[in-house]
Amino acid sequence: MTTITADHHGDHVHDHDHHDADHKPAFFQRWFMSTNHKDIGTLYLIFAILAGLIGGAISGLMRAELAHPGIQYLHGWAQMMDGPGATLDQAYHLWNVLITAHGLIMVFFMVMPAIIGGFGNWFVPIMIGAPDMAFPRMNNISFWLLIPAFALLLGSTFVPGGTGNGAGTGWTVYAPLSTSGSAGPAVDMAILSLHIAGASSILGAINFITTILNMRAPGMTLHKMPLFVWSVLVTAFLLLLALPVLAAAITMLLTDRNFGTTFYDAAGGGDPELYQHLFWFFGHPEVYIMILPGFGIVSQIISTFSRKPVFGYLGMAYAMVAIGVVGFVVWAHHMFTTGMSVNVKMYFTAATMVIAVPTGIKIFSWIATIWGGSISFKTPMVWALGFIFLFTVGGVTGVVLANGGVDDVLHDTYYVVAHFHYVLSLGAVFSLFAGFYYWFPKMSGRMYNEFLGQLHFWVFFIGVNLLFFPMHFLGLSGMPRRYPDYPAAFEKWNSVATLGYEIMAVGVVIFLINIFWSLAAGRKAEGNPWGEGATTLEWTLTSPPPFHQFETLPVVD
Amino acid sequence: MNKVTSLVLAGLLAFAPALGLNGSALAQENPAAAASPALATPVDADPKSADTGAPADSADANVANATAAAPAAKVAAPPRTRPTEGIGMPRPGEITLQEQFSPTGHTARWLHDVMLVPIITLISVLVLALMIYVMVRYRRSANPVPSKTSHNTAIEVIWTVVPVVILLAIAVPSIGLLADQYRPAPKDALTVKVTGYQWYWGYEYPDNGIPEFVSNMLPEDKAKANGEPYLLAPDNRLVLPAGRPIKLIITGADVIHSFAVPSLWLKMDAVPGRLNEKSLFIEKPGVYYGQCSELCGARHAFMPIAVEALPPAQFDQWVLSQGGTLKGATAAPAGSMGPQQGSSLPGPPASDAGAKTL
Repeated sequence: MTTITADHHGDHVHDHDHHDADHKPAFFQRWFMSTNHKDIGTLYLIFAILAGLIGGAISGLMRAELAHPGIQYLHGWAQMMDGPGATLDQAYHLWNVLITAHGLIMVFFMVMPAIIGGFGNWFVPIMIGAPDMAFPRMNNISFWLLIPAFALLLGSTFVPGGTGNGAGTGWTVYAPLSTSGSAGPAVDMAILSLHIAGASSILGAINFITTILNMRAPGMTLHKMPLFVWSVLVTAFLLLLALPVLAAAITMLLTDRNFGTTFYDAAGGGDPELYQHLFWFFGHPEVYIMILPGFGIVSQIISTFSRKPVFGYLGMAYAMVAIGVVGFVVWAHHMFTTGMSVNVKMYFTAATMVIAVPTGIKIFSWIATIWGGSISFKTPMVWALGFIFLFTVGGVTGVVLANGGVDDVLHDTYYVVAHFHYVLSLGAVFSLFAGFYYWFPKMSGRMYNEFLGQLHFWVFFIGVNLLFFPMHFLGLSGMPRRYPDYPAAFEKWNSVATLGYEIMAVGVVIFLINIFWSLAAGRKAEGNPWGEGATTLEWTLTSPPPFHQFETLPVVD
Repeated sequence: MNKVTSLVLAGLLAFAPALGLNGSALAQENPAAAASPALATPVDADPKSADTGAPADSADANVANATAAAPAAKVAAPPRTRPTEGIGMPRPGEITLQEQFSPTGHTARWLHDVMLVPIITLISVLVLALMIYVMVRYRRSANPVPSKTSHNTAIEVIWTVVPVVILLAIAVPSIGLLADQYRPAPKDALTVKVTGYQWYWGYEYPDNGIPEFVSNMLPEDKAKANGEPYLLAPDNRLVLPAGRPIKLIITGADVIHSFAVPSLWLKMDAVPGRLNEKSLFIEKPGVYYGQCSELCGARHAFMPIAVEALPPAQFDQWVLSQGGTLKGATAAPAGSMGPQQGSSLPGPPASDAGAKTL
């Protein structure tokens, strides 16, 4: 797609005596006061992996409890958390705390930090030929805001939140369950956590937009930008427009809870539905915030390992723009059973289906990119291929759910859980793993272990499909979401799902072994380990890149 | 095929009152015809259920309600219907939607099973087949030199237009289904008010003067003794007539709950401060189970729903046994619903039938 003519940084790092491109500050200054986009990206990735392990462990607790009907472990955990006198009601409340924490952690502290903060920070400046982000200090505060946000969320589980300790409102924090329904400081802490995480993301979004619009190297026009940069640009606009709405919605929750306002209380002239409209006006773009950068990563990887330019580049870029725009006008399909009028429901049914069109363009363009290529099935490529198929499966069940009349029976059942885990846990997370293996040599300077990478893929692929596919059956059969116990008829598919979780967990262990093994003993990676298919600017640098790259800007034809 | 035609028409015309094409629509507009003599014969209830079926506390509650409402009434309640295994409840290991017992349920299930599932399966298989083909055909050993093709306008237009056509094909019957579901209940429909509480349901029959009674989950031993599925079975059921149009008014008392019965294609949020309306028509007598479907706090999973649909004659008997009056027999009793819910006012226009904010 692009040809690079001027870049000498691979040579510069060798002349240490007269050049400080690779001069690194001391440990504390480097990692705690960092203004370097690569170091901040690394911090984001470490944070996201740790948060992902916590969020994933919580889902393990939930799958253990759900393996069989009846309450097996929940009461014991409640006694560990709330003291030996914990009642069964406190145990049920703990369940709600677990589902809430799992959702919030995976969305705000795993996927977003990894895909935007981690890979976005690392590779957007390099891919557009910029020395760093536009606002390096703001970049630093974006990351460090996440720490208190995460601490507040974790801390909220130890203070009262209604029936028991912790916020048990679901990640959606619907009023009035989150207002009059949850006494105690836990929900306030969770709301504050979201405020701070949101502020972090807004600052990040401003930084990405400014960087991408102003700091592209000479010749790097918008229509020559790699698709990953396009995807982060669209995502940053979604963040900038959606997060303030969330902030407003949860601020009104706070004042309803603490200062006697009645925004969401019908008794005072408010409306609980108002909260849902505001939340989903943020919440629907949020799901594209989580998946669009994944689209970008997959496009880079498919092109690299097929040794072909991306098919229909402009269509791919503008499909993402279209998804972003349409993503703002479909929010109420999350609210089909709230009692909307029929005209509104018809509109949201039709508008939601429209999103399938640009998504289809992306799927077919990826296949067309591979078509005629010369494919090598390296680990990043198998993850990207897995992504394409599993995202398709998650996408088509979205078309089913888009039908307001059909959603009447599927809403708030495990069918929805299956759908959004196929697009996120099998979509976004597959793209994260793909990106991690793709860029691991660049970030660390060492090759990952190919065998462990492939093994990780297959174990994880089998595990997550066993875990989430049966949830479609449970949902069709009528099992509601967010239940700690269920009628005996649902046992079969629940126990299969728990088995799937166990297999997936083995995959995660393989992943961790691979990271540590590769960091310690991996083969040294050359600047471009992927060959002629890797055409973006990061592959023109050494692995890892010098501490400051592009002091002489590259020129792109 | 008649169903398809009517759906397509309904979709294209959105609300044209041409819905009479649908047989069930006629049934709904003419409840007398629907409540046919065949249904009026008592359901062959398991004789044992008359003795052992009704749990003690349920009977107590009924007595209490009856006494409170009209001490004079001394009609015996019809026996508690025994559920049929696999009907109105999930089946073990099931991979499909539950069997449906309402006209909109049939239509919606048709849309799901006959249109949506085959279409999404075909699309997924097509994508998988294309992927397998390119992965085998264009692996490095089979195709060492990649092509440089990066554009083909014709194929890009095709894969944009074909999905649009498929989506239109789905949207037309889907919009028709929505119009169908939102058709307001006829004026003489039985109005029942459903209220969600933390963590039980309350049912009130303003048309019959039956004050609210509550429905709590049966503990495991009692459910088992009753031959009912634990976590689905409550003590008091929502008793409704089969074969008569029903209008449910659904609201929440504290937080949002959701009143859901999968086998009646019914799910409507119970929102504090709102009266959500749902028209319902149950085709066959039976017991239809459901569960709260909006996170409502600690015991969210433990406030089940059971609809007991009785033949009209038995339903009337049940109303009398609760001390209620039969609709039409006397002047409409003053229920707590207020006059706007009475049958004297014309029905609301279809577009407003979904929700009314207080």
